[in-house]
Amino acid sequence: MNGSLLTVDDLVVEYPGRGFRAPPFRAVEGVSFDIRPGETVGLVGESGSGKTTIGRAILGLAPVSAGTVTFRGEDISRPTPRRRRELTRDLQVVYQDPYSSLNPSLTIGDSLAEPLVVRRTPKQQARARVRELLDTVGLPTDAADRMPREFSGGQRQRVAIARALALDPTLIVCDEPVSALDLSTQALVLELFLEIQQRTGVAYLFISHDLAVVREMSHRVAVLHRGELVEWGPGDVVTSAPEHPYTQRLLLASPVPDPAAQEQRRADRLRLRELQAEQDLQAGTA
Amino acid sequence: MLKFVGKRLATGVGLIAALSVLTFFLLQFGAAGTAQRIAGQSASPEAVAVVEERLGLDRPPLERFGSWVADALGGDLGRSWFGGQPVVDTVTSRMAVTVTLAVGSVVLTAVIAVVLGALAAARRGWLDRLVQLLGVIGQAIPGFLMALALVLVFAIELDWFPATGYTRPSESIGGWLLSIALPVVALTVGSIGGVAQQVRGSMIDAFSRDYVRTLRSRGLSRRRVVYRHVLRNAAGPALSILGLQFVILLGGAVIVETLFSIPGLGPAALSSTSQGDIPVVMGIVVVTGVVVVLVNTLVDVAQAWVNPKVRLS
Amino acid sequence: MSSAHRLPASTPTRAPRAGLLRRLLAHPLGGVSLVLLAVIGAVAVAAPWVAPHDPTATDLRMIFAEPGGGYALGGDSAGRDVLSRLLVATACSIAGGLLVAGVAALVGVTAGLVAGFFGGWIDTLGAWFTALTMSLPSIIVLIAARSVMGPSMWWTMAIFGALVSPVYYRVVYNAVRGVRGELYIDAARTSGLSNTRIIGRHVLMAVRAPVVLLTAGVVAAGIGMQAGFDFLGLGDPTTPTWGQMLNEGFYNINRSRLLVLWPALALGLTTVFLTLLGTALRDELEGPSDARRRRNRAPWAPDGPLPAVIDHGNAPEGEPLLVVRDLAVAYPSENGFATVVRNGRLTVHRGETHGLVGESGSGKSQTAFSVLGLLPRGGTVVAGSIVFDGDELVGRTDEQMNRLRGSRIAYVPQEPMSNLDPSFTVGDQLTEPLVTVLGLSKAEAERRALDLLEQVGIPDPRRTYASYPHQLSGGMAQRVLIAGAVASRPDLLIADEPTTALDVTVQAEVLDLLRDLRDELGMAVLIVTHNFGVVADLCDRVSVMQEGVVVETGTTRDVFADPRHPYTRALFAAIPKGAPRAPLAGVTSAGALGTGRIA
Repeated sequence: MNGSLLTVDDLVVEYPGRGFRAPPFRAVEGVSFDIRPGETVGLVGESGSGKTTIGRAILGLAPVSAGTVTFRGEDISRPTPRRRRELTRDLQVVYQDPYSSLNPSLTIGDSLAEPLVVRRTPKQQARARVRELLDTVGLPTDAADRMPREFSGGQRQRVAIARALALDPTLIVCDEPVSALDLSTQALVLELFLEIQQRTGVAYLFISHDLAVVREMSHRVAVLHRGELVEWGPGDVVTSAPEHPYTQRLLLASPVPDPAAQEQRRADRLRLRELQAEQDLQAGTA
Repeated sequence: MLKFVGKRLATGVGLIAALSVLTFFLLQFGAAGTAQRIAGQSASPEAVAVVEERLGLDRPPLERFGSWVADALGGDLGRSWFGGQPVVDTVTSRMAVTVTLAVGSVVLTAVIAVVLGALAAARRGWLDRLVQLLGVIGQAIPGFLMALALVLVFAIELDWFPATGYTRPSESIGGWLLSIALPVVALTVGSIGGVAQQVRGSMIDAFSRDYVRTLRSRGLSRRRVVYRHVLRNAAGPALSILGLQFVILLGGAVIVETLFSIPGLGPAALSSTSQGDIPVVMGIVVVTGVVVVLVNTLVDVAQAWVNPKVRLS
Repeated sequence: MSSAHRLPASTPTRAPRAGLLRRLLAHPLGGVSLVLLAVIGAVAVAAPWVAPHDPTATDLRMIFAEPGGGYALGGDSAGRDVLSRLLVATACSIAGGLLVAGVAALVGVTAGLVAGFFGGWIDTLGAWFTALTMSLPSIIVLIAARSVMGPSMWWTMAIFGALVSPVYYRVVYNAVRGVRGELYIDAARTSGLSNTRIIGRHVLMAVRAPVVLLTAGVVAAGIGMQAGFDFLGLGDPTTPTWGQMLNEGFYNINRSRLLVLWPALALGLTTVFLTLLGTALRDELEGPSDARRRRNRAPWAPDGPLPAVIDHGNAPEGEPLLVVRDLAVAYPSENGFATVVRNGRLTVHRGETHGLVGESGSGKSQTAFSVLGLLPRGGTVVAGSIVFDGDELVGRTDEQMNRLRGSRIAYVPQEPMSNLDPSFTVGDQLTEPLVTVLGLSKAEAERRALDLLEQVGIPDPRRTYASYPHQLSGGMAQRVLIAGAVASRPDLLIADEPTTALDVTVQAEVLDLLRDLRDELGMAVLIVTHNFGVVADLCDRVSVMQEGVVVETGTTRDVFADPRHPYTRALFAAIPKGAPRAPLAGVTSAGALGTGRIA
C-alpha cells in the first residue's frame, strides 16, 4: 500500500476455547484497513466488536492467527521478542482506564522514564526528557515526584499520553482514551490529542464506542460489528451518511444533546428499525 | 451434576495415587533400619536377612509396590510388621475415632463461627472486635498449647473431665461424651476465630454488593435481605473454609489425641512411623487421603448447590 | 469555564511517605509487638552467652529444685537449669520458625511468580502440588518424613516449609494474576520492557506486601508446629526447645506446675506477638480496615451560605410529587465530615421525567439515594427536607421507608449484572417482593412476573423467569431490573444512570422502554445521568448539579436553548460538536476507500 504507515490485511485473531476441544473464539474475522503517516483512523464499535483486540494485535498483545499487520513495509504480525521490543519505539498506546494504566507504587517520573531507562538513556537526559514531556501535556514539572493517586483521572490520562510520547512514536493506539473521563475533562484531553498531532505529525488509531468523539477526531473511520469490518471510509461520510445498515442503526441510536434534533433522530431510528425488520423478513422468506 | 461429582472424584483418585507413590518410595529409605529393629539391635546380619525375607524386603521396591497396590485395590492393606494385626482393621477403627473428633469440632466450629461471623458483619461494634480478637488468639496459639491449658485447668485443677483416656460409646454414652469433650473443645477453640473472621469477611463482601441496595429498594426489610440473600451468597466461601478446616483439624487431632491418650489415628501414626512399620504408615496415609477426598467432594457438591454458576457450567 | 475544571497550577502537596518501620512503631499493636519481638530475638541471639548454666548439664541435687536457690527458675526432672534451657530453646525455636518461613517463601514465591506470570505447565504443577499438600495433614507427612530423615529439627522444619509453601504460592499466584491484567503491565511491555524486567519492576512490587504479611503468620505457625512436634517427643533430644520443655513439664505436672508455665508463656507470647505484628502490618500495608472512630467529632455544619439556583420557571401546575429542599448529605471522615451534597434541590411533578445531570462527584447519585433512604454505609442526610406526596421523608425510620420503597418509589440501578443476586433465579427475585411486600400469592406473583417480563420486551419470558443472572446479557438484565422496579406500579421511578453500562444500540432500546412504561403507568421518572443526549431524549425537565449543588433547573428545552450558569455552559461547550474532520490532505476520498475490505 503506497504511502501507508501501517496496513492491517485480512487480520484474524482467535483465542483458544475454554475447556477440552472447545472451538476457538474468533474475536476478529478478516479485518483490513490502513493508516497513513500523520493520519487519525477511528475504529468504532460496541462491546464485543473486536475493536480493542485489533489495537492489541497491532501492539503484539493479542495473537495474530491469520492475515498480516505491516508497518512501513515490514510484516510485524509475528516478530521476535527482540524485534517487538524495538518496535515499541514507533508503536505506542494510551489506554482507557487512567487508574489501571499507571503502576500505583511508582512515581509519575519513574513511570515516564521507564521507556527511556530501558534504552539506557543517561539519567540526566532522561530527567530532562520527563520534564519536557510533562510540559507537553500541560502538567507541572513537579508532578514527576508524585504518586499516581494524587492525580485526577484527566491528569493521569495526560501522564499516559506523555509516556506514549516519550520515544517520539509514529503511531499511537488510543484505546477508548476518554471514555472514563468526565465531559469537560474529555474535551480538554481530546484537544491535547489534536494539538500533539499537529505538532509532531504522529498518527493515531483512535478506538472508541462514541461516534461523536470518533467523528471529531478521525480522518477516516472503520466500523466494526462482531469482529467484522462493516464500513470503512472518510470520516464525514461514514459518520453522517453511512451505507451499512448496522452503521445506520449505530448512528441513529446515539442520542444528540438537543431535544428537537433528538426527537427527529428518534423518529428516524424507529422508521429505520421497521424498514430493516421488513427487509430482514423479506430476506428470510426469499 | 453427576458428571461434576465424577470429575471431582477422579481428581481425588489421582491425588491418592500420587500420595501413595510418594509415601511408599520415601519410606523405603528407612526399611533397612526397621528389619534391624525387628531382629534386635544385636542380631547378626543373617538374622536380619531372615527378617527382611519374611517382610518381603528382599524383593525390589517396584515389585513390592505393585503387590501392595494390587492388595490395596482388593481392600487388603497388609498386616502390621510389629503386632501382626490387619492394617485395615486398625486404621479404620482408629480413623472412626479421629473423624468423630474432627467432625464434632467442625460442626461446633461451623455453628459458632457462622453465628458469630454473621452477627459481627451485621452489627459490627463490640461483637466485631470480639471476633477479631478470637481470630488473633486462634491463629496465634498453637492448638496443642490450648489443649494443654484445658487439661491443666478443667481436668487437673477443677477435675470436671477425665484428663486422659477414652470411653467407647458402646460402654457408656455419658462417659464417651465426657472423654471427647475436652479434645473437641481444644480443637474447636483454635478454629472458631479464623472461620468466624472469614464468614464475617464474606458477609461484609456480600453485603456491599449492588444487589443488596436494589433488593432493599423493592421494599424488602434489611433483616430479610441479610438472612436470605447475603447469607446465601456468603455460604460458598464459608463452605470452602470449613472444608479446609477439616483437614487442619485432622492434623490437630494427631497431637490432641496423643495428649489425651485417645486411641485415634494420632498415636498409631506416631508409633508406626517411629518404628518404621511401613504397612501401617501406608494405611494411615491412604485412608486419610480417602477421607479428605470424600470431604472435599462433599464440599464441592455443597458449593455447587449454593452457587448456580458452578452448578450450571 | 469554572475554576474547578482547570488544572491546578500545582498538584496537591506530596503526601509524606514514611517508612514502613516507622509507621509500624507508631501503630498501637505493632509498636509493642515489634519491640517485644526484638527483645525475644535479642535473647535468642545472646542465649549462649547469657545463659547462666549449661542447658544440658544435669545436677542430681537440683532435680525439681525450687526457683531461686542456684537456678533462677528452678530445675527440671533431670536437674537442669530451667532458665538456661528456656534461653537456648528460644534460639532454636525462632531459628526453626525462620527456617520454615524461609523455605516456604523461597519455594512458594518463586513458583507463584513463574506460574502466575507465564502460566503453562508450572501452573498445572503448582495447582497439583497445592491440592496434594492440602489433602493431607502436614503433621502426618512430617512424622513419615521423620522416619526417613531421622529426628533432625532442621530437616523437619525445612520439609514443613515446603509443605506450607502453597500458602505463599496461592497468594503470590493470585496477586500476579491480578497484576497481569493491569494495563500498566501492558504499558510496560509497549514501553519495551522484557519479561524479566517487568517481573522485577512491576510484579514483585505488587506481591511484596502480601508476602511480608504472610511471613509473620508463617513464622508463628512454624514455631507452633515445631513445638508440637517436640511435644510429641519426635524432636531431636539434644537441642532444647520449648516443645520438649512442655513435654517434660506436662509429664511431671504432679511434681511441679511451674515447669509447664515457662515454656508455655514463651511460646504463647511469641506467637501472639507475631500474629499481632501481622495484624499491624496488614493495617499499615492495606490501610486500616475501618476508619478509626473519632469520639469527639464536631457536629456537622454547613460550609458557607447556600448558593442560589437559576430557575428557568415554566413549572407545571399542581402539587409536585417530590420536593427536595436544601438537602445536605455527609459522610464521617477523618477530620469531621465530608459533605457530598451541599444544596440538593429538586421538584418532580407527577408523570414527568426529570433529569439530574452532573459529572462524577457532583452528588447526583447521592441525592437520588437520599430520596430512596438507601445511602451507602455512613452516609447521612444532615440537613434539608425531602417531601414525597406531601409527606416528609427525612427522619423516617427504616421500616416506614420500607413501606414506601417497592410500592410507591422504585429504583433502577446503573450496572445491570451486579444488581441481580447471582444465587437466585430471575423469577425468585421478581416474585419475592411481590409476595412479601405486596402480599400476592405465589401463583399470582408468578403470573404477574411473567406479565412484567413480557411488558419490558423480553422475547421468552418463561425461559428468562427460570434463568440465573449470569445466563443473561447486560441488556436483558437491565430489562429484568426495570420489570422489577415497575412491578408495584410506583408513582416515582428513580433511575441511576440506567443506560451507562449498556451499548449505544441497547441504550436506545432501554430509553424507549422507559418512555413507554412512563406513559403506560403514568409514573414520574427521576433519571440520574451524565449524558446530555439521554436528557434530550427522555426528559421534560432537567436539573444540573455541580459539586453537591444544584445550580440550574428548568424545562429541558429552556435549559438546552439558554444555559445560564457558567458550569452548565461549560458542560455544553465540552460536548463533541460532531464537526467531522476532513480527510488528510493529499488523500482523495476514493483513494481512501482503496484498501479496506468490507465484510
